[in-house]
Formats: sequence, C-alpha cells, structure tokens
Amino acid sequence: MPISLIQPEFKVHIDYDKCHKCGRCVQQCGWSVYSFNERPIPDDSKCRACHRCVTYCPAHCITIRKNDLALRDNANWSPALRQGVWRQAETGGVMLTGMGNDKPYLSIFDHLLLDACQVTNPSIDPLREPMELRTYLGRKPSAVEVTSDGNGGFRLAEGAGVQKNIKLDVPIIFSPMSYGSVSLPVHRSLAMAAERLGILMNTGEGGLHADLYPYADNVIVQVASGRFGVDPEYLNRGAAVEIKVGQGAKPGIGGHLPGEKINREVSETRMIPQGSDAISPAPHHDIYSIEDLRQLIYSIKEATDYKPVGVKIAAVHNVAAIASGIVRAGADYVHLDGFRGGTGAAPQIIRDHIGIPIELAIAAVDQRLRDEGIRNQASIIAAGSIRSSADLAKAIALGADVVAIGSAALMALGCHMCQGCHTGSCSWGLTTQKPELTRRVDPEWGAERLTNLVSAWSHELQEILGALGVNAVESLRGSRERLRSIGLDEQTGRILGVKPAGV
Amino acid sequence: MTPVTELTKPAAAEVAKPIEGYLQAVPEARVDGGVATIDARGIYYKHLNEVVRRCLADGAKKVVLESVNGQRYIGTGLKGAGTRIEVHGTAGQDMAMFMDGPTVEVFGSAQDGVGNTMNAGRVIVHGDAGDVLGYGMRGGQVFIKGDVGYRVGIHMKAYETRHPVMVCGGKARDFFGEYMAGGVLVLLGMDSRIGGPLVGGYIGTGMHGGVIYLRGEVESWQCGKEVGTFPADEKDLATLRPVLEEYCEAFGIDVDEVLSMPFTKLVPISHRPYGKLYTYV
Repeated sequence: MPISLIQPEFKVHIDYDKCHKCGRCVQQCGWSVYSFNERPIPDDSKCRACHRCVTYCPAHCITIRKNDLALRDNANWSPALRQGVWRQAETGGVMLTGMGNDKPYLSIFDHLLLDACQVTNPSIDPLREPMELRTYLGRKPSAVEVTSDGNGGFRLAEGAGVQKNIKLDVPIIFSPMSYGSVSLPVHRSLAMAAERLGILMNTGEGGLHADLYPYADNVIVQVASGRFGVDPEYLNRGAAVEIKVGQGAKPGIGGHLPGEKINREVSETRMIPQGSDAISPAPHHDIYSIEDLRQLIYSIKEATDYKPVGVKIAAVHNVAAIASGIVRAGADYVHLDGFRGGTGAAPQIIRDHIGIPIELAIAAVDQRLRDEGIRNQASIIAAGSIRSSADLAKAIALGADVVAIGSAALMALGCHMCQGCHTGSCSWGLTTQKPELTRRVDPEWGAERLTNLVSAWSHELQEILGALGVNAVESLRGSRERLRSIGLDEQTGRILGVKPAGV
Repeated sequence: MTPVTELTKPAAAEVAKPIEGYLQAVPEARVDGGVATIDARGIYYKHLNEVVRRCLADGAKKVVLESVNGQRYIGTGLKGAGTRIEVHGTAGQDMAMFMDGPTVEVFGSAQDGVGNTMNAGRVIVHGDAGDVLGYGMRGGQVFIKGDVGYRVGIHMKAYETRHPVMVCGGKARDFFGEYMAGGVLVLLGMDSRIGGPLVGGYIGTGMHGGVIYLRGEVESWQCGKEVGTFPADEKDLATLRPVLEEYCEAFGIDVDEVLSMPFTKLVPISHRPYGKLYTYV
C-alpha cells in the first residue's frame, strides 16, 4: 500500500536554467519543502502555495502550479470531499485547518449595490469638503440634560448620564487575534498601527504582552473562557474589555493552542506553564444565562471603574434575540462575527458548516434592537470577512457602527491565505512562534502597511459617502434605503430590509 | 482620591428608586484606627463597593461589612496583600473575583463565583458556598467550611510560583475540578448538611494538570475519563498536610482529625488529553 492516497495539491516548478543555486528558497520556506543537493529540490507534498519562496527568489525562477491530476468528474463527490475521507481513514482525526470558510456560499455583499446622488441632490467632493468618519464606540444615553451656556448655546449638564465611549477616527478596528496564535511582531504591528490611525486593536484571548503596554489606550483586552492572562492589571490597561463568547469560524467551539506554540514569552503572557496545552473550554463556565452574562459584565465593570465592556458572539441562527439579551445584560457593544470569519485553528467541519453570514446578522440585530427601542444602548461591531471598503460601507448601511478586520490585516502583513495557521510554521512569520520565522515581520514595516490599508479604505469610504451626498458616516449607519439588492431572493431582501435594484 | 465623606450622594430621586430592593445610597463608613465599618443593610452593591474601595484608598487596613445580604462583587478586582475585608452576613455572587492579594473572611455563607479568576489572596467562608467557585483561579487560597455546589474548581491553573489552593469542608456536587490545569483542590466531606455521596459525577473531566484530594473514596463512574485515581500515599499526605494546617487554623479544626481518614488522589492521566485528536489539513 502507498503511504498516503492524498496527492500533492501543488506542483513546485524551478527553472533551473535561471536558478542561482543560492538556497534562499530553502531558507525561506517554513514548511521545509526544499532540500538542497547542488540545487534546490522541492517536495511538492509539503507546499501550501504561500509564495514566500516565489517572492524571495532573486532569479524569479520558481512557479507554483495546481497539481492538475484528473479525478473522474463527480459533481456530488468533489475532490476535496474524497480527500477528506482518505485523510480521516488514514488518521482517525478531526480535520483541523486555519483561516476562514473557503466554501462557495453565496456572498450577500457581492449582491448589494450602493446608491449615489444625481441631479436633484448634489453629491459631495470629499477632497475639498469635510467628510466625518469619526465614530464613538459604546452606550449612548436615551436622553441628555443640557444647560444654557449663557451665550445662546448649550452644554451637557453635569451628570447628564453620558457613559464612557471610545473615540475611533475611522469605523475600522483590528479583529481579536491572540498572541500565541499570531506572533509578537504581528501584535506590535497591529498596536502601533492602531495608535497611528486612532483606532483599536484587540488582544484576543492570549493576554497582553508587556511590549504593548505603551499602546494600551488603543487596545481592547479580551476575556475568554480560558481566562488566560486575565488579572486586575490586564483588565485595567485596555481601553475596553471584551467578553469573547463565540467566534465566527468556530461557533460553539472552544480554543486549543497546542503546547508547541507555548514558548516562554507566550507562557508569561497567558500565565500558564510552558509547553502545556492552552485549552479554552467551549462555554464560559460562569455564563449559563443572560443573567450570568450580566453578572460577568458588571464584575468586570466593578474591577475597572466602569470601563466599556463588549461581548463578542458568532453569528448564529437566533442572533437577533441573543444580541438583544446581550444589550439588556449591559454590554456597551455587541461584536458580531459572521461564518466567514478567520481563525488560527478550527475543525474544518465546524468552520465550513456552522453559523450565518454577517450581512444577515447585522440586519437582523440592528432591526431587532431598533424594534425594541434599545439600539442606542450598544454599538454593533461587524466582522467575518470584510474584504474591502465596499464591504465596509455596505455593513454600515445595513446597521453596523464599526467593522473589524482580521484576515485583511494579516494579508497586509504578507499572508497569502494558504490556510496553514494551525501548523505553527507560517513562512511569513505571522501565525508561528518559531523565532527564525517571527523575526521576518518588522513591526515598523507592518504598522506602515496596516496604516496604509486602513487609510486607503477610509479614503474610499469618504468617496462613497460623497457619492451618496452625505458628509458623515453617521448618516449612512443603518440607512438601508441607500442599498439595493441584485440577484437575491425576496425573503433574503426582506430580512436585509433592502429593496431590489430598479425599485 | 476623594475622601469617603465627600463622595457625591446620588440625587434624592435615585435613592427613592431602589434597584431590586436595594437602596441607591452611599453608606456611612465609621473609621477607627485603620478599621472602617460599614453597615451594608439594604445598600445597592455598586455604592457599597465604591465605599469599600475609597476606604482602602484612604488607608484603611481592614474593612468590616455588617448586615451583608447578597450584595455582589465584594472584594472584586481589589489588590494589595495587606488588606482585609470582613463580611458579616451572606456574601453575594462573584465575591473576590479577579482579586489580587487581599484577605476576605465571611462569617456566614457565600453565593456563586467565589474567587472567580482570582490571582492572589485568601478567602475564608465560615458557612456554605454556591456554584462555580474558583473558576480559572490562578493563585491564592479559597477555604470553605461547609458544602459547595456544582462546577467547583473548574479550570484552576498554576503558573510559576502561583499555585491556587481550594479546600471545601463539606460535600460537593457534579463537575468538581473539571478542566483543571493546575493547583490543589481538596474536598473533606466533614461539615455537611446535605445527603448523598461525598461528590457528584464528572470529577476532573478534561483535567490536564494539578491534583484533587478527596477525603474518602469515589466510584469510577464518578470520575472523568481523563483522570487516574490513586490512594493518597505518605508522600501525598506530607504535601497535603501544610495545606490542611492552614485550613484548620482558619476554622479552629484539629488537623489530625482531618487526616485520620484515608484520602484519594486524582491526577490527570495525560497533560495533553486532546493532543492526538486532530489531523492537519
């Protein structure tokens, strides 16, 4: 019998006429594809098509192709399904993978179109006129008391009931990615960029490394079921605290960072022994109800002199009712993560088959909170595959206050979506703790690229707002009248609160 | 820091609007030689804990809370090893949560969540306590004299010099020490007011670190498949004795009487219970 029925997914082709025989590909590949015997010799079976070698080859002589092995066509049994069966028959294991859902489900964002002004109300040129993107994250009062300032103006009265909000210069933040799942230079890049952009990064559940303390005003610290690195100091450092209940890529599933990724520094930050598995139970064992959630929210508020506390959940079938409960439990924001959200490691079967699209979740939650008259009590953060400023604008028009980007942020740092995060061997130095790989990311370089990305999206959002004839992102929020659907069924349109194009 | 006496009082209209039966009023603190005494009768937890924090910030070394009746979050998030809080009455949920140093002693019972995600310090409860005690606790000691509820000691963990210890004097329900990753969890079954076995089912399910000691025996059906059960030997008892000595000192119990019965020791079979569960795609 052969060792494995699974054939390599990619073919590594080296044009040896051009090859310098310098061995840089051998050195750059985190997956150990290359050996060297007078010239580099690739082992196709190890290649994940991350293009690290391609990018760094001085002779540009490496090409990665799909391994175009023909399997008899079968629309029911895709090659991937057949491979899954072979793999599990070989190992008996749960298939673990990284990044977001890659299955060809309908993208609702791609079936929504934005409006623009023509003739009767003028569009605005954002290059020459002010265009406000500033967004405040947190609970807004139902009413405020004002007093006259004596000059015909008004000021907020003292004790007007305005609670702490976080000022964001643009409605984009970085998604939670824990130190441990990503490397320290990634965390530093995100924190530095967040500070420059006037936005937030999120620690994820792995604690806050001391290198990030100077950026604490631009950091959301997360509390998940494993409570890694959570102590009063950690809670008080962040601008806000987030209770992580669920993640879009693996709703209802806990986390499991293998011992191999727990080196000395990760162990210090998580406050667990080196080399031990970091197991996050599926539920928080002190949250079995909305009342319990309220208890945790307020225990964190008591321990932090009433900082904003948010709750992150995966978008699941009953998301609107759950979000309503979260807001009533006292959360200052609800962070919704759609079924396409990324992950450092998740069982493939969970990643690809559980949850609902973020577009529907935003619309359902926004509508429910409005219907119940509590929309002002919490902000909505939307995540789970925000791929461009168009997705950003559409998410806001559907009812989100802010979007969070994770996969896009990693791509800015070099990620090619090879889906190998769970292996701990990321050639780009992102989802690994191996020092020879992590040092590939220079935080200064990373921060600049992240800043560029978010700045570019912000400019594009301003252009979109200008075309819509509004001068503040506030005017687009929940304004579904400015969206039209194309090629969506009527039921989906109703849930989205969006009319079909042409109407 | 504003002195206690200058705290802004809530508006009369707010006081008149009690929350869940508690008054929204800032209680008076009687300060005498570093000891602050507060009458908690009918006071909403937020105002009560605010005054406790202010008293400690003003230099009080000990805060005595009288007539406590279910107020939440007493000692939650407090730091500083030298401080001490005495609770007379029944402490509410999440007492000593995230606590990092102080000692909290309850002359009465406590509800759920005592020592939740606690970092350091000591909690002594002279009565019973509820569910989810010491969840994710990383250090310090929790001593309960009487019975405890479900999910006690879940995911306790150790880190470097921090070794959390929880000793419960009565009986416990299901999920004792589930997911435990470190520390010492002890159940004595001595001071109990409930019937049934010493401990329920699912003991140490998913356990991957630390140790559980039970005074008495358990059936195999009660234990999670991740734990191994052994009679505690002399070496085990030698490590257990100092823990029990501290516990007995807190409650005035004879340590030799506690150690007069055989103990069962539960430890994880593997430190990587799920290490072979996955195949990488």
